[in-house]
Amino acid sequence: MPTFIKAIGVTVRISAASLFFATIIGIIFGLFKLSNIKPLIFIANAYISIIRGTPLLVQILFIYFGIPMVMGFRWNLMSAGIVIMTINAGAYMTELVRGGIEAVDKGQMEAARSLGLSYPKAMAQVVLPQAFRMMLPSIINQFIVTLKDTSLLSVIGMRELVQNTKIIVANNMEAFTMYAIVGIYYWVIITALSSAASLLERRTTYGK
Amino acid sequence: MASKVIVQNLYKSFGQLKVLNDVSIEVEDREVVVIIGPSGSGKSTLLRCLNGLEKIDSGSVIVDGYDISDKKTNLNTVRKNIGMVFQHFNLFPHKTALQNVMLAPIALKIMQKHEAEAKAKEMLKRVGLLEKADTYPAQLSGGQKQRVAIARSLAMAPDIMLFDEPTSALDAEMVGEVLAVMKELAKGGMTMIVVTHEIGFAKEVGDRVLFMDAGMIIEEGPPAVLFASPKEKRTIDFLSKVL
Repeated sequence: MPTFIKAIGVTVRISAASLFFATIIGIIFGLFKLSNIKPLIFIANAYISIIRGTPLLVQILFIYFGIPMVMGFRWNLMSAGIVIMTINAGAYMTELVRGGIEAVDKGQMEAARSLGLSYPKAMAQVVLPQAFRMMLPSIINQFIVTLKDTSLLSVIGMRELVQNTKIIVANNMEAFTMYAIVGIYYWVIITALSSAASLLERRTTYGK
Repeated sequence: MASKVIVQNLYKSFGQLKVLNDVSIEVEDREVVVIIGPSGSGKSTLLRCLNGLEKIDSGSVIVDGYDISDKKTNLNTVRKNIGMVFQHFNLFPHKTALQNVMLAPIALKIMQKHEAEAKAKEMLKRVGLLEKADTYPAQLSGGQKQRVAIARSLAMAPDIMLFDEPTSALDAEMVGEVLAVMKELAKGGMTMIVVTHEIGFAKEVGDRVLFMDAGMIIEEGPPAVLFASPKEKRTIDFLSKVL
């Protein structure tokens, strides 16, 4: 039982940290995609295309085993997990951010610019807050996806929920019980997140 | 008198469509100019060229001494002095009325927060909406939204105010309250360029009326003259429909 609590901690920590950094990446590449600068659009599209077009498992193995071979360093396991999940979720967040910004009425940017705000200021203070409000359900959804995807990190020996369960099953041979339990853990966490999300969503609906 | 706005030989196209076709206008300090004309005549585009919301193809636009047509001009600086009011208000829905008005002075570091708040309250009071300071736009009526939008522009203490069909999206019973605020502004000596279909407002407040059609200024003159005895056929046709 204590190992489970620790493992839940690892799963949640990686997911939360990755989603945080993925949001930043999503904003940067999302703005790339919306810029009129061709090389930036190309970079963003290439990034999304590579991440979408390859299995997460391959990305994990490539980044954890492949890259250090060429670049000559060793990953700290936790950092590797966060970096991998960030890069993966970042691509999906990029599309979310782009969609969110595009969904904000153009007049908002125009009104902010006509008051004298620069593009970055107008983006940060007027457009992005509204975009995020609209994106919130999708962001939570991405968090849930990332949370489940962290289970794949078990292949590089990350002791998150699934890896922890595998180790326990290896000792007590109770595969049915233990995998049922770990499933329930995921379900509880994700259900709690979903309901927290819908609560949050209602609270941030301005004046309606 | 000094000219606030000088537009010379302005051309603007959207793809194949010529929206502005050799437009030249001059607006004096403290003057209220009303632009009328059928939809699609280029009125709004002309207005949007004045603060650089639309890039111009050729010609020159000088507002408040700044050359908008010059790429080196920092539009952000110029725009601080040009207020703009939109047909669809464009209030920031995630901010209260007060926060809407305070946003720009704080974001541009023109005022401290407490200063901006005092100024914003003063502006809301001026448009008669101080009691709505903490209300979000979604809970305001159309007329109230537009008055907040005017207050938001005024908080930047602009020299010129541009109004892009400010009452076109309003229910009839709310048009009056917005026009009343605009009349007050005009009386206070604000330089104003107003694109509108409100002929009554043009007659009462306008110093000069421009009639536009097909991207050109067809006719201009004091409202009393233009409305009573228009010379051009297109003006006569248009006025016969709206008057």
